[in-house]
Amino acid sequence: MKAINLDYSAATPVDEAVLQEMLPYFTEHYGNPSSGHTLGEKPREALEEARSKVGRLIGAEEPGKNQIIFTASSSEANNLAVKGIIAAGKKKGNQIITSAIEHFSILNQLKGLEKEGYEIIRLPVDKYGLIAPGLLEEAISDQTILISIQAANPEIGTIQPIDELAALARKNEIPFHTDAAAAAGGIALDVDRMGVDMLSLAGDQFYGPKGSGALFVRRGVRLRPLIEGGIQEKGLRAGTENVPAIVGLGEAARLAYETLEERAEKVAYFRDQLKESLFNEIPHLHLNGHPEKRLPRNLNISVEFVEGEALLMRLNMAGIYVSSGSSCTSQALKSSHVLEAIGLPPELAQGSLLLAPDRENRIEDIPYITEQMAQVAGLLRNMSPLYHQYLKEEKKNANLQ
Amino acid sequence: MPTYSDKVMEHFTNPRNIGEVEDADGIGEVGNPVCGDMMKFTIKVKDDRIEDVKYFTFGCGAAIAVSSMVSEMARGKTLEEALKITNKQVAEELGGLPGNKMHCSNLGADALHKAIRDYMEKQGRESNE
Repeated sequence: MKAINLDYSAATPVDEAVLQEMLPYFTEHYGNPSSGHTLGEKPREALEEARSKVGRLIGAEEPGKNQIIFTASSSEANNLAVKGIIAAGKKKGNQIITSAIEHFSILNQLKGLEKEGYEIIRLPVDKYGLIAPGLLEEAISDQTILISIQAANPEIGTIQPIDELAALARKNEIPFHTDAAAAAGGIALDVDRMGVDMLSLAGDQFYGPKGSGALFVRRGVRLRPLIEGGIQEKGLRAGTENVPAIVGLGEAARLAYETLEERAEKVAYFRDQLKESLFNEIPHLHLNGHPEKRLPRNLNISVEFVEGEALLMRLNMAGIYVSSGSSCTSQALKSSHVLEAIGLPPELAQGSLLLAPDRENRIEDIPYITEQMAQVAGLLRNMSPLYHQYLKEEKKNANLQ
Repeated sequence: MPTYSDKVMEHFTNPRNIGEVEDADGIGEVGNPVCGDMMKFTIKVKDDRIEDVKYFTFGCGAAIAVSSMVSEMARGKTLEEALKITNKQVAEELGGLPGNKMHCSNLGADALHKAIRDYMEKQGRESNE
C-alpha cells in the first residue's frame, strides 16, 4: 500500500537530528533552568542556544536588542502578541487592523475583542489573496493600536508584501505583528528587512516537535503575559520551560536556516511538476492563490463539479493524504473563509484540495498521484449532478453552433 | 475526516444505482453547492411501485453513502412504503452517522420523497384531464 503524504502543512515529522538533540533533555539534563545549582546549568544554556538559533532563522540574532519568547504553539504566540499588547495598553486607541484571511488564532480572538468594544478592521484581499498596501494606508487612524497580518497564508500559500505593509505601520508608529507560522522555515524571513515588531512561528511546521512555538518581540514593544506566575521568559510566559521541545525547535530552526534555499527549491520544483501533470491530465481544475507569490509547500486546486471530502476520502483509500477547504471537512461545516475572501464560487470552494508537499516527496510518485487523482475525479464527477448538468449544457451549445 | 461506520464506508466505496433513469416518472432535487450537498433522484414507477431508482450526488462521503442506501431501500417498495422511509431509518441502516453529518441523511430521504411527490402531482394532473 502506497503512503504519499501531501499534507505537510498539517504536520512535519521531527527530523532525526532534531530528535537526537532533544533526547538528553528528557533524562540526563532534566534539570529546571531556574535552579541555582549545577542541574540547572545545562538546560539554561540550552534555552539560550535555542533562542539564538530561532533568532538566526528570522534575522533576530542580537540578544538584548530583541526577545524570542518560547510558547507552546504559534496559536499561543498569536494570542500573546494580540492580547498582550492590548493588555499592556501603551498606545491609546480602540482599533485593530487585520486581514480577512488570517488564521483562526487571530480571527477568533479579535471577534472576542470586538464584543468588548474594539473596532476590528478586516482588510479584504484580491482574487489571489493579496492585501493592497493602499487599503491598509486608508484604514490606519489615530485610534489604531495594532496591525496583525500574516506573512503567508497556510491554505492558499499567498505571500504578503509584509515589508510594504509594515512600513506603513512604522510611519504611523503602530506596532505590527505578523503570523509567520506558514512561512517560517519555508521562505527566508528577516524581521528587520520586513520591519515587523512581532512575529509568530511554530516548530512543527519545519521538522521540529509539536508543542513548540515562539514569538519574536522587538525591544521596546511592551506586552502583558497571558500566563502569570514566575519570571520565566522574561516574565512573559510563566511556567517551567518545556526544555526538550525548545531544544527541538532550536535545532529545527538551525536546520531550516542552513538548508532553506535547497529545500525551498526542491519542494517548489516538485510542486510545479505536480501542478503541470495534474493540469495536463485532468480537465476543469482551478488554481487557487497567487501563481508566483506563493509558498513552495503549497498547491491549492479546486476540482470542479465534486466535493472535497469525498475526494479526500477516495485519495486516502489510494494512500494519498491531502486536505480540503470544503465545508464538509470542517467540524463547523463552514467552507473556508480564505476561499470565500478570494471570491471563489461556493461550488469551487467545496471542491478545493490543499496539496502541501515537502522534502520527502519524490518526483517518481507524480504519475501515480496524477493517475489516482484523475480516476477519483472522474468517478465522483460521474455521479455529480453538477457535472451532468454541465455536459447537457455543452451538448446544447454544440447543437446550437 | 470524520470517523464513519463500516457500512458508510462500504456504500461510499461501492455506491449502488448511480445515474438517471430513462424517461423518469418523478424527479426530486434537493440541496445546493453552498451548503455542500446536492442530490437528484429519478424514479420509474410501475403499478404504484418504485421499479427503478437512480441518483446523482454532489457531496461528502456521508451524502454519497446516504444516496446509495436510500436507493436500495426504496427499490421495489410501493410509493406509500417509500414515503414512509425516514431519515432516521436511513442513518440506522448505515450503522449511524457522525453527529455533524446527520443533515446528509435528511437530504437523502427528502430527495426521494420529492421525486415521489413529483410523480404523484404529474399523475394527478393527468387524471384530472
